[in-house]
Amino acid sequence: MSFDVAAVRRQFPILSEIIDGRPIHYLDNGASAQTPLAVIDAVRHYETTSRANVLRGVHRLAERATEAYENARAEVATFLGVQPMETVFTGGCTAAINLVAYSYGSLLKPGDRILLSELEHHSNIVPWQLLRTRSGVELDMIPVTDDGRIDLAELPRLLTPKTKLVSLAHVSNVTGALLDVRAVVSAANAVGAKVMLDGAQRAPHGPLDLPSLGIDFYVFAGHKAYGPNGIGVLWGRPELLEAMPPFMGGGSMIGRVTFAETTWAPAPRRFEAGTPAIGPAIGLGAACTWMQRLDWSAAHDHEMALVQRLMDGLQRVDGTHLFGPASLQNRYPVVSFTLDGVHPHDVAQTLDSFGVAVRAGHHCAQPLMDRFDLDGTTRVSMAPYNDNSDIDALLAGVAHAAKTLR
Amino acid sequence: MNDQLYQDRIVALAKAKTGAGRLEAPTKSARRDNPLCGDRVTIDVKLDGQGRITEIAHQVRGCLLCQASASALSAVAVGRDAAGIAEVRHDAERALGRQAGEAHEPFTAFVPVAAHKSRQECVLLPLEALKDALA
Ligand SMILES: Cc1ncc(COP(=O)(O)O)c(C=O)c1O
Repeated sequence: MSFDVAAVRRQFPILSEIIDGRPIHYLDNGASAQTPLAVIDAVRHYETTSRANVLRGVHRLAERATEAYENARAEVATFLGVQPMETVFTGGCTAAINLVAYSYGSLLKPGDRILLSELEHHSNIVPWQLLRTRSGVELDMIPVTDDGRIDLAELPRLLTPKTKLVSLAHVSNVTGALLDVRAVVSAANAVGAKVMLDGAQRAPHGPLDLPSLGIDFYVFAGHKAYGPNGIGVLWGRPELLEAMPPFMGGGSMIGRVTFAETTWAPAPRRFEAGTPAIGPAIGLGAACTWMQRLDWSAAHDHEMALVQRLMDGLQRVDGTHLFGPASLQNRYPVVSFTLDGVHPHDVAQTLDSFGVAVRAGHHCAQPLMDRFDLDGTTRVSMAPYNDNSDIDALLAGVAHAAKTLR
Repeated sequence: MNDQLYQDRIVALAKAKTGAGRLEAPTKSARRDNPLCGDRVTIDVKLDGQGRITEIAHQVRGCLLCQASASALSAVAVGRDAAGIAEVRHDAERALGRQAGEAHEPFTAFVPVAAHKSRQECVLLPLEALKDALA
């Protein structure tokens, strides 16, 4: 059965907004995706029927709130194919990576090594640099191939018995390249290193089965996965979470507090100090369930057909350069390109006047831009609700920029 | 077509590339980055004994607005000292609607950017770099 994009679009109220007489062609999903009614309704339901703090009250609203919050954790866990007790709510993807860098990082010793790649988002680089400053670990970097993939041929050279963690983007936020997780895990296991995946750009494209990947940590952001802002997720192997000290101290994360000594609650509570983002967590749970119900095999085919239409169209505009894997295999619907003689910001600004939303610039991946000696790219990132009209509006805008701005 | 921002005058200023390049032996230079968008401007100046600009050049790795602004700045900078350049800055701010009053040529070209707050830093970056160079 073919994919009913109109039916998906109807679930996203914002897609029928008209700005300056034009419909919205939203192709900036990699920065933040739009949110469906199911999520908006779940948050509204909590705020209007169950609003209270969690874990602390005996009254009925507190019980409702706690149940809704823990139910959301279960929905996220189901989406990831893991157990709720292993699923930690954080303030976002960046917050989740910082949690691991601080907490797992505190178990590392000077001279231990962490392996990253050249295409990482700054949020999977800077927390490790902070750890390096704090505790003297060393950072290594896997280079990127000419077609924008992490060059796994370099793994044997870069993995050493000192390597304790390999932390890589599951899908690149610039090139859309999907990581060969199996190859990374087997090479990392051979030297006893743990593997963390930054799933920010993968989670928005359907349910996962983390245990089958053989990894140790997974992180993603709610707002890129059709959920609210201010919420993200860390999944960790239970025995690792159990060994990790807290990241922040406060309420809810304790066993027993005296001024002499405090004991920690077990995971996930240990890593959720203070009142959590209850409404956003409930919204993210609903987003995961919404994703769970979509036919992703059809959705993925639909997204990749849009990628093909986009790549074909861009190649017809003189002076465009596509950046990233040339084939549609092992990639997700993120496409970066440059246009000779026109700065990416000017492309994006022109596209805005065509009602098309894209991202332009370095995409928080400056080492990758340096690798290709680029000031930036224009990035088109898709979701299942995008359709041919979005791509055609974009192509018209790019042709216009090519004609008028150079 | 709703192309309010890239009006002919801005495109023409950018394409004119007035002052584009580097100076051989500048008295002073400065570089400014916009960390948000990655634009980068390098400004070289030669100064006379009174601190007035006798020659100016700029290198822009950035968008059309940044290039146009660097061109506009180069067109009016010669003969001015730091106080004179501060006057030009006021002009740019007036064009962007951030200060009251009428902007003067050539910064009137940037009036369309008043409606695009997120792009105003692109226009101001060359002025920031020149201010640093003169400091
Ligand atoms: C690959 C990747 N990692 C991490 C992040 C950081 O996500 P957030 O800013 O939502 O914490 C992003 C978002 O841009 C991303 O694309």
